[in-house]
Formats: sequence, C-alpha cells, structure tokens
Amino acid sequence: MDTHSYLPVQPGVGMEENFLSLDDILLSHERLPIRADIAFPRLGFLEKSSDTQDIAEGTKMELPLWLSKGLYERKRRVLSVELPKVYREGWRTVFNADPNVVDLHKMGPYYYSLGSQMLHFDSPENPDIAQTLLQTFIGRFRRTMDSSQNAYNEDMSALVERLDSLEKGLFRSGQSGLNSFQSWEKGQATQLTASSLVLNYRKRKITDIQS
Amino acid sequence: MFCEKAIELIRELHRMSDGQLPAFNEDGLRQVLQEMEALYEQNQSDVNEAKSEGRAELIPSIKLRHCCLLRNQRCVTAYLYDRLLRIRALRWEYGSVLPPNIRFHMCAEELQWFGQYKKSLASFMRSLGGEEGLDITQDMKPPKSLYIEVRCLKDHGEFEIDDGTVILLKKNSQHFLPRWKCEQLIRQGVLEHVVS
Repeated sequence: MDTHSYLPVQPGVGMEENFLSLDDILLSHERLPIRADIAFPRLGFLEKSSDTQDIAEGTKMELPLWLSKGLYERKRRVLSVELPKVYREGWRTVFNADPNVVDLHKMGPYYYSLGSQMLHFDSPENPDIAQTLLQTFIGRFRRTMDSSQNAYNEDMSALVERLDSLEKGLFRSGQSGLNSFQSWEKGQATQLTASSLVLNYRKRKITDIQS
Repeated sequence: MFCEKAIELIRELHRMSDGQLPAFNEDGLRQVLQEMEALYEQNQSDVNEAKSEGRAELIPSIKLRHCCLLRNQRCVTAYLYDRLLRIRALRWEYGSVLPPNIRFHMCAEELQWFGQYKKSLASFMRSLGGEEGLDITQDMKPPKSLYIEVRCLKDHGEFEIDDGTVILLKKNSQHFLPRWKCEQLIRQGVLEHVVS
C-alpha cells in the first residue's frame, strides 16, 4: 500500500481555478490567440514581430490564459479571444465522431481544463464546446476506467501517453486502488515498507556520486 | 513576456511530483521579485502621468502590468506553499531528524518552520492518551503482532531496545524486535520487514 504524506493542492473543478494548485498555474500558462481591440501603449516589446513602441489596436498576438482572463471584460471590448484550433468546429466533429482515437496529450495536455476555461469568454460557440467536452470525456472514460481497474502488472504506456492530464490522474488512482487490493489479497498489506520518498532520494544520491 | 521566471519555479516543483524537495531556488525567486519591482515602478510613473496629464489611454497598459504583478504573486505564493507541504511530509517520512542532504535544500526560514512544526506536533502528541502521550506517527498500518522479524539492509551500529539489551545492527543480520522500535528504521530503509 502506498501511503503518501505529500498531497499536492488539487486542481480546481470545472470553470474554477485553484489559486495554489501547480497544475492550474501551468494550465493558465497555455497560450491563446487573441486580438487586441484597444491599444496598449509602451508595451510594444511584448510583441516580437514588430518593433513599434505600442501594441496597436487590432494587433493579433498570443497571450497566456491568465493574462487574457485578467484583461477580458464583458462590457467593454479590450480584447477578443479566438478559439484554439482543437476547440473549433472542425476538430469538434472529429471528437464527436470517435473520441477514442484522438491523442489528448498532444492536443492538450490540459484539453478538458482549458476547454472549461474557454467558457469564461463570451462566444456563441460556448454551448457546443461544453457539450463536446462532456461527450468526449464520457466516450473515453469507459476505456480509461476499464484498463485502470483491470490491467495488473502490465505495460500501459501506449494507452496512458494519449490521456489528458485529468484522465491520467483518474487512471493513476484506479491503478493504485488495484495494486493495494492485490497486495491485500496476497497478505502483503501488513508488511511495513520503506517510504517511496526515501527510496527515490537514495536513487538520486547514487547518481550524484557517479557524476 | 513577463512572468516567465515565475513559471520556471512552478515547473521545477511540478517536475518532481513525487514529493521530493528540490533545492531552494533563491536566485529564481530574487529575479521574480526584481521583475515585480520593475513592473510596480513603471506602473507608478504611468499612473502619475495618467492622472496629472489626463492620459486615459495609458490605463490598459497599467492594467496589463497589474495582472502580471498578481500573477507573479500567485506563482511565488504557490511555490512557497507547495514547498511547505513537502517539508511537512518529510517530518512524517523521516522522523524529526532530517538527513543533511535534505536540510541543505531548505532555506533558513524553512528550517525554522520545520522546527516549529515539529514542536507543535510533539506538544499535540504529548497532550493525547493520558500521561505518556501518544505517538501518532507510529502504526500507520494496524499491527498484527507486537514483535516482527527484520533484516538489516546496511550497517547502522548499535541499537538499544526497551529492556536495555543492546543489539548490533549489521548488514544482512536478522533480528526479532518490538515493532514500534523498528517502524521508523524500516521507513528510512535501514531495516526490511520480513514476512514469512
């Protein structure tokens, strides 16, 4: 049985972001294509392609999610956020056809969370995006759960590497449940074991000496 | 782009997701604080200009820099907080004395925090279970018997058990010891629990 005394701050659920979660911070670093609807004086250096002093009105550029969220206003047009490719109509059709064939790690790896975050920005496509996210998750969940609960001691890397970070977390907790159950069945659950943290530290120490 | 240094700090922790404590990145933290200082000063001068000369078109830029300040603040807070979670976990995995190579990775304030955490945990455990207190870091798994068979994985020197007998923990030797005495050594990887 794995007992972990280090429990990281969990990412937020749905449209919420958890302030202290490392995953959510990395998620909000994803870049979105935007169009500036007003000028930003004296910040021209942020846009690498031009060397003007200001960011002019109508400039198309990429900004991280956190900045777009901070600057975006519903009432006043400061910037308009365009949808990243994977959430657009064309890709949505692909996801709706068969969610199991897509490699969400390549698309994301925060496909679901970023998709939910896109709902913060007003867009007529929002209901469709939400619906696709949900259907994609439902369509893939059965396979993820099935393999995480039943593949014991098998190499699952081919399946796992195509999972989104949310699915990966679910897969991992399924596997750890399966492993604990198996070790209980074998009567190993009462055996005291060295902490995995300690073991990992030792591994690193040996390589330190070698280098 | 702003806030690149701050995200580097977060990535560093995220890479070691098993709870290991990387060295305290004092340099990275200082660079983030310097960036914040620069952002704040630019904002101050722009705010003054916008106020005195009525240049309202500066406001979007001020807001953008302000967002960056908040973002840096969030990253730094999350960095420090996640490290504290890791340090707290060390108390449970290693016991109250940390090996020097881990202490080396902590900054002075973190060492101080660890000391205080140790103290409050100890005084909490003393307040439990009557006179003697209760060690809640023991028996993480329910014990089946009071004594267990253990094998030494490395030389650990002499070791005294309750009744005063001193035994020598030599590599590959096997002993029958009170469980509560060895639990910590097993967790530290000095002893191995042998189940027949």
